[in-house]
Amino acid sequence: MIDNTIVFPVIVHLFTAILLLFFWRKTLAHRIISITGSTIGIAIAINLFAKVWGGDILTMEAAGWKSPFGITFVADVFSSTMVLLTSFSGLAVSVFSAIGIARGRIIYGYFPMLHFLLMGLNGAFLTGDIFNLYVYFEVIIIASFVLITLGGRKAQIEGSVKYMAMNILASTFFLTGIGILYGITGSLNMADLSLKVAALENRTLVDLTAIFFIIGFGIKSAVFPLYFWLPSSYHTPPSAVAAVFAGLLTKVGIYALFRMFTLIFVPDEFTRTLLIVIAVLTILTGTFGAVIKNNIRRMFSYLIVCHIGFMVGGLGMYSEVALTGALFYLFHDIMVKTNIFLIAGLIRKLRGTMNMDKLGGLYAEYPLLSFVIAIVLFSLVGIPPLSGFWPKIYLFEAGLMDNQYVLIAAIIIGSFATLYVISMMWAKVFWKDQPTVEGEEALTDDFRPLSKFKKSLLVGPIVFLAAITLYIGLAAENVTQVAKHIAGEMKDTTPYIEAVLGTNETQ
Amino acid sequence: MELVLIILIAVLYAGGVFLLLRRSMVKLLIGITLLGNGANLLIFLLGGITKGKPPVIDSAAKLFTDIYADPIPQALILTAIVISFGIQSFAIVLLKRVYVLVNSDDLDDLNTPEEEDI
Repeated sequence: MIDNTIVFPVIVHLFTAILLLFFWRKTLAHRIISITGSTIGIAIAINLFAKVWGGDILTMEAAGWKSPFGITFVADVFSSTMVLLTSFSGLAVSVFSAIGIARGRIIYGYFPMLHFLLMGLNGAFLTGDIFNLYVYFEVIIIASFVLITLGGRKAQIEGSVKYMAMNILASTFFLTGIGILYGITGSLNMADLSLKVAALENRTLVDLTAIFFIIGFGIKSAVFPLYFWLPSSYHTPPSAVAAVFAGLLTKVGIYALFRMFTLIFVPDEFTRTLLIVIAVLTILTGTFGAVIKNNIRRMFSYLIVCHIGFMVGGLGMYSEVALTGALFYLFHDIMVKTNIFLIAGLIRKLRGTMNMDKLGGLYAEYPLLSFVIAIVLFSLVGIPPLSGFWPKIYLFEAGLMDNQYVLIAAIIIGSFATLYVISMMWAKVFWKDQPTVEGEEALTDDFRPLSKFKKSLLVGPIVFLAAITLYIGLAAENVTQVAKHIAGEMKDTTPYIEAVLGTNETQ
Repeated sequence: MELVLIILIAVLYAGGVFLLLRRSMVKLLIGITLLGNGANLLIFLLGGITKGKPPVIDSAAKLFTDIYADPIPQALILTAIVISFGIQSFAIVLLKRVYVLVNSDDLDDLNTPEEEDI
């Protein structure tokens, strides 16, 4: 069904970003416009999700060019759920940034870049054209380059070199893959590619092309041999920026992997084995990294890597149950990972450091806040009935059906290691007494002097995301329905293909 | 013509990867540029090279009756060139900034110890 409103999630952030440019250097206006824009974004995303959940897959053909010839935007349940989750993270980060980002960064265009980033993300989720997906990836990385370098501290710049080099390399791999795919099929439309790739006889060539996409998206989503840029750059930017990156940038890579490997390259034995091996190694290396880190954000960075493995593993098993589990995990992960980086930012505001040895006593000082943070951390670990627990049931079930015992073992190790590092962090940061710091660098508290309103702007987003996480955990039935529906669409792509190409065939 | 392009693409990719693996930041930059150009030429080659047949329909005819050059790879390459131009200029400015801050061209020097973490 043709519906032009599906590009509104892209347009609203583009419009907000352009509007922000007219208020250059006016920080108050920037904060207000950004929060308003993100709120409108949520309304639009909810509207889109309601429409798509009602039944039809919506499409939009740019300038009336019939697919597969023109650029097509497609909103199925997967896309619109991702847009919805992006808009939640976007609002939380917008509000947190109002206080959490220093004035100097806002003056030099922090908020416009944030909205260009959100625009790129929404575009990547909604597009149905593979080259358009590449263009949106470039929008995302250029905006993220600016966000990660803005401020220009030494550590930040150093981290951004690694981030930039690897992301440009990933884009080149992706572009090479697109070139080869166009060469062997002559099409760029994903639905059309799905049909044409399935009809190809030279499967080796298809596998070879698939490898380019695995490497390209693998770098972006930080899977095993390609993740090293992530832990060495995510601890450098301000926490609000790290929150967007952690919650959404690696997940857009996962989204693209899921899209490509369910629609275009339906995984054969070789690809599935490859994905499962990658998943196991990703979980294990992420685990080992997280255990040895003493800085909160570095530890969380490794946890991102570890948990990416769960989703890649689910894709590798490629049964409906496994995909349901992986998708549920993806939804949970976006909310929780955004939130824990915001929490890391809040802890830094409270104590002026993120080194766990220097932290302590937060529970005694802020019991209510600690309770909210505990909910988020328990969700991350996956303590029933919170959100991290339910997807694992599906992943285990799929693993047992598929005899993937190594993957199950890796997931168990990953879960226990997460439990271990989080309880360590809880003991060190919240329960332990505040250690006395000798002389030179006394701990600074930037939180207490703030007015009540400003405090609520910092704490509000964390509570908001924690509430959504609680909903995902306690109303797991509803979320499972969404995940099951998407998994069904992934296993049977005919509705998607018909929605995109159907109008042509009937003529 | 195809063979020349294939060799050129191979050289660009190989040179690009080789330079990316060096420790010098300037070589990293050149490597990125070479890889980008290699990818563009690859799209051009795989789109099929057709000489002297512009994709313009003759005013007397209603359809293409002859083989014509595929315009899509050219549109793709144009887009990719613009994007890589933007990214490369950003990379140049960033690496200049790194040089000012770290005073070194060696990527191995980019390791501020854990203590300076914020």
